[in-house]
Amino acid sequence: MGIQQILFLVLAVISVITALGVVLSKSPVSSVLCLILTFFTIAGHYILLNAQFLAVVHIIVYAGAIMVLFLFVIMFMNLNTEGEPHKRNWLKYAGAISGGALLVVLVAAIHDTTMPNLQAVPTDVGLIENLGKILFSTYVAPFEISSILFLSAMVGAVVVGKK
Amino acid sequence: MIMQIAFDYIFLIDKIVLIACVLALSLLVAMYSTWGERKVAGWIQDRYGPNRAGPLGLLQPLADGGKLFFKEEIIPANSNRFLFILGPSLAMLVACMTSAVIPWGDILEIGGRKISLQIAEVNIGVLYIFGVVSLGVYGIMLGGWASNNKFSLLAAVRGASQIISYELAMGLSLIALVMLSGSLNLKDIVEQQRHGLWNICYQPLGFLIFLVCAFAECTRTPFDLTEADSELNGGYHLEYSSMKLGFYLFAEYINMFISSALMASLYFGGYSFPGMDSLGLSTNVVTMLGFGALFIKIIAFLFLFMWVRWTIPRFRYDQLMKLGWNMLIPLALFNMLITGGLILWQQGH
Repeated sequence: MGIQQILFLVLAVISVITALGVVLSKSPVSSVLCLILTFFTIAGHYILLNAQFLAVVHIIVYAGAIMVLFLFVIMFMNLNTEGEPHKRNWLKYAGAISGGALLVVLVAAIHDTTMPNLQAVPTDVGLIENLGKILFSTYVAPFEISSILFLSAMVGAVVVGKK
Repeated sequence: MIMQIAFDYIFLIDKIVLIACVLALSLLVAMYSTWGERKVAGWIQDRYGPNRAGPLGLLQPLADGGKLFFKEEIIPANSNRFLFILGPSLAMLVACMTSAVIPWGDILEIGGRKISLQIAEVNIGVLYIFGVVSLGVYGIMLGGWASNNKFSLLAAVRGASQIISYELAMGLSLIALVMLSGSLNLKDIVEQQRHGLWNICYQPLGFLIFLVCAFAECTRTPFDLTEADSELNGGYHLEYSSMKLGFYLFAEYINMFISSALMASLYFGGYSFPGMDSLGLSTNVVTMLGFGALFIKIIAFLFLFMWVRWTIPRFRYDQLMKLGWNMLIPLALFNMLITGGLILWQQGH
């Protein structure tokens, strides 16, 4: 095994464990912390794929900004296991059944797919220079449209907040 | 394979030595910044400052450190123990991580090998710093929340929103600089300034915005609302004692040191100084002189941090937010627009 494979395995195991931690942990704050760790391991995967720019932006945007806001809300509401309203039983059953159904569908889908012969291709598209050139030449229209979409969402949030 | 491993060993040892040096240097500078701050405060307020421990009070930081180590460690009864300890550890860790991409000097030649005085020469250096800085919030937030104290929580929330708000203006002011230099690698940015004018000549407004944001990111006066004693009894580290408090205070000084180094590298030529290439000295001597030049710049910035702290009173919270969102961000956007326009105009000629 090369170093890359070892790194991949370590990262993959940590990301699966922390992702499970997000769902399974009782306190919302430790869920958020697990999610932050998951984001870090995913950023590690990006680096393994030679996409440093994506990795760093992933950390800045998700771990550095969005999760801070999550933490913010959770800290303000001060969610505790004692203070949480008791969930009804049928809700739990419904959740288990729908989750199980999703699992069955996913397993079936993965079981039925045939993997074409995937080849590892060395690529530099994740480096900032190449990514910038592609975003601002080939994909300039979708890029600008999505940024306008974000802008309108922000304006909408401010309008709703001012009411 | 064996050859490659042998080669990697030398590389690894180089890097480990460099990392140890930079860490020791940051800790040492942070230590003596606490002494410097009290001396500067004394000088500004026309009193002596620390002068008992050692000549000129130079042993004062050691005495302070020793005192913090021997203080009783108190963990509040109703706090989250794990997060309570994680908070200051994260603050310290994040503060020490930023120094990895700063070029502390040019190249040293030892035994025919060229050693770059930069721990990690990555082509996204500026973004790396942003990533680490944006993680700095967690130290404050987790510590403040885990203390289970309403003043700490208020300070933590203040700190988080302040740091997130000022990151925007900081990023926008940096975009103008990056447009100018065409690289996110700090070493490239410094090398460009070595062969031309310093970036402060091209980006005076951008530098001013960056400076204000650096004060806010380090939560230094006039933006130290996270530890506003008169309103919050001491802020997010209210419940902390012993070395965990020391870590929080120390992390602030390391952050100050790193942001001074960053400002010196981005806007004031980093390790380059005028006439650097026409001295006719050997590479190693020039590199060491360059390191000295960088250090003088850093100390000048540290002095500025202290000078401002003992001169300007604290902002009110709404004033802080207004300054960030209503003034700095539009100014930074304007700066970006002007810079882009000028670059286009220059390319047209």
